[in-house]
Amino acid sequence: MSLADKDRIFTNLYGFQDWGLKAAQARGDWDDTKALLAKGQDSIIDDMKASGLRGRGGAGFPTGMKWSFMPKESKDGRPSFLVINADESEPGSCKDREIMRHDPHKLIEGALVAGFAMRARAAYIYIRGEYIREAETLQKAIDEAYDAGFIGKNACGSGYDYDVFLHRGAGAYICGEETALIESLEGKKGQPRLKPPFPAGAGLYGCPTTVNNVESIAVVPTILRRGPSWFASFGREKNDGTKLFQISGHVEKPCVVEEEMSIPFRELIERHCGGVRGGWDNLLAVIPGGSSVPLVPAEQIMDAPMDFDGLKELGSGLGTAAVIVMDKSTDIVRAISRISYFYKHESCGQCTPCREGTGWMWRVMKRLETGDADIDEIDMLQTVTKQVEGHTICALGDAAAWPIQGLIRHFRPELERRIAERGEAMAEAAE
Amino acid sequence: MANRQPAPDTPELRERWGNFAFNADYEAKAQKALARYPEGRKKSAVMPLLDLAQRQVGEETDTQGWLPLPVIEYVANYLDMPVIRVLEVATFYFMYNMTPVGKYHVQVCGTTPCMLRGSDDIIAACKKRGMKKGEVSEDGLWTLTEVECMGNCATAPMVQINDDNYEDLTPERLDAVLDALAKGEQPKTGTQEPGRHTSEPSGGPTTLKEMVSENHDYRGEW
Repeated sequence: MSLADKDRIFTNLYGFQDWGLKAAQARGDWDDTKALLAKGQDSIIDDMKASGLRGRGGAGFPTGMKWSFMPKESKDGRPSFLVINADESEPGSCKDREIMRHDPHKLIEGALVAGFAMRARAAYIYIRGEYIREAETLQKAIDEAYDAGFIGKNACGSGYDYDVFLHRGAGAYICGEETALIESLEGKKGQPRLKPPFPAGAGLYGCPTTVNNVESIAVVPTILRRGPSWFASFGREKNDGTKLFQISGHVEKPCVVEEEMSIPFRELIERHCGGVRGGWDNLLAVIPGGSSVPLVPAEQIMDAPMDFDGLKELGSGLGTAAVIVMDKSTDIVRAISRISYFYKHESCGQCTPCREGTGWMWRVMKRLETGDADIDEIDMLQTVTKQVEGHTICALGDAAAWPIQGLIRHFRPELERRIAERGEAMAEAAE
Repeated sequence: MANRQPAPDTPELRERWGNFAFNADYEAKAQKALARYPEGRKKSAVMPLLDLAQRQVGEETDTQGWLPLPVIEYVANYLDMPVIRVLEVATFYFMYNMTPVGKYHVQVCGTTPCMLRGSDDIIAACKKRGMKKGEVSEDGLWTLTEVECMGNCATAPMVQINDDNYEDLTPERLDAVLDALAKGEQPKTGTQEPGRHTSEPSGGPTTLKEMVSENHDYRGEW
């Protein structure tokens, strides 16, 4: 059974139609938003909890529960903020871009409803700097929403004052980490903060703050309109809803598509991507959730459900549902070593294990590409990944370690083969 | 970490940029940016202001723009921030150019999703035209940079040139784009795959087909 078009939230995902306010309203956005707000803060949060929505930015934390951590009243006059993480930079991820350039009003309406529910004074949308045209579109959509009275003073005639501001980043993957993002928004280098305090206690400008991913916020109005049980009717238990999948790499037709959560991998690829390049026998491995999750070999992923728990069982993760497909022509060691280079490039330099470790791991990975290493160095590399993992302020250290661990776990014979081959070639040359 | 340093502080640099100030257009944009942040939090505007400054430098030099030290000092002064605080922001974020670049900054994504779809060939095609990483070509037109994932993975490989993306590239399609730019023309942006609109599967969407021809309202089917 396939997800029906009527149950897709992002109906203008591909931008065949206008993103502007009038066209968005004709598709159902901003339809009596005042009535949604009239449900009241607690009722909205309860609905979000009941919908089963788990954060779409990668970690999968229940969204409604996250909102409930925000203070119900300000005892010291500090305002609260909603910060929307639009810093989409995880290699493989390209879904928030489509929302912001093709369906921006879903995000802005969601920003109002979510911000109202958590009693925020304003939303800051932090969009990655490289999304230049996307930011232009989103800003125009925000201006449209102000002009229509949907946000600003007395938003939607609700009596609630609420602002939405756009802030552009400038090219730093680390700003996708929520506290680094807050630092950046405050005009500093994007280096993560130690937690606690958690943002819900002291976040942006020291005020209570919730950071949510673009997709998590943009689905909110539709969930409230159609009811939490509608959303929860898709996907396996605890993996509810619809989800934007982004399939890249060696499929016939890479694409972004909204599907039911838990859709089996094979079905996702067959239905929307025209299959694996060269057929299913040609599939080597898949990185199912963006570059920071470990790869999964072909035979394990083929019939796996694409959701949080299903991929966790395979020692990987759904992440942002950025599915990177690799066929047998792939130099798998190079594919992972290029990811190691990415993390070396993007380490913020704050924690020693990450600052030094990402460079060290990349240099060893570079040598493993050609087999220019001792066999013992595979274990040494594994040990170093364990020294980095869990020993840094934020998860970038983990994200740098996991892809390498996945490679060693599943492709150790390939690493050993390259070392042996090079050793033989060297021995021959010496003779 | 990306190792980035400001261009040397020379008398010539001072001579050229010492009197930098936002022109009326950019001054208005800077004030608009400042208004987005609360009272007493104008430091938050350092990123938008550095971007604006780089863009004005770009207009004045007919390039993508960069941030000479006196311009960084101007922004620091504008926001009442210590220069070092602005300098560390400028060197931390990759989109601020710390040295001059060409009229077109050719930023080829080389991260794994693009690599799997042939970004090696795209970088090679750039080099074949004489571009070198991190350098301005002799005619002043091009600077090549290999960048990290740009979030266009379903339309890979891609290049961002100044403010626009060109996706679904082959070396031939890239050449066509660069030839057009060199002639002063504006090539079609986005995907270069014939018949493809954006990130739908090539050959036509597998979902939401009504949307291709009309702004369909699915609510009637709820």
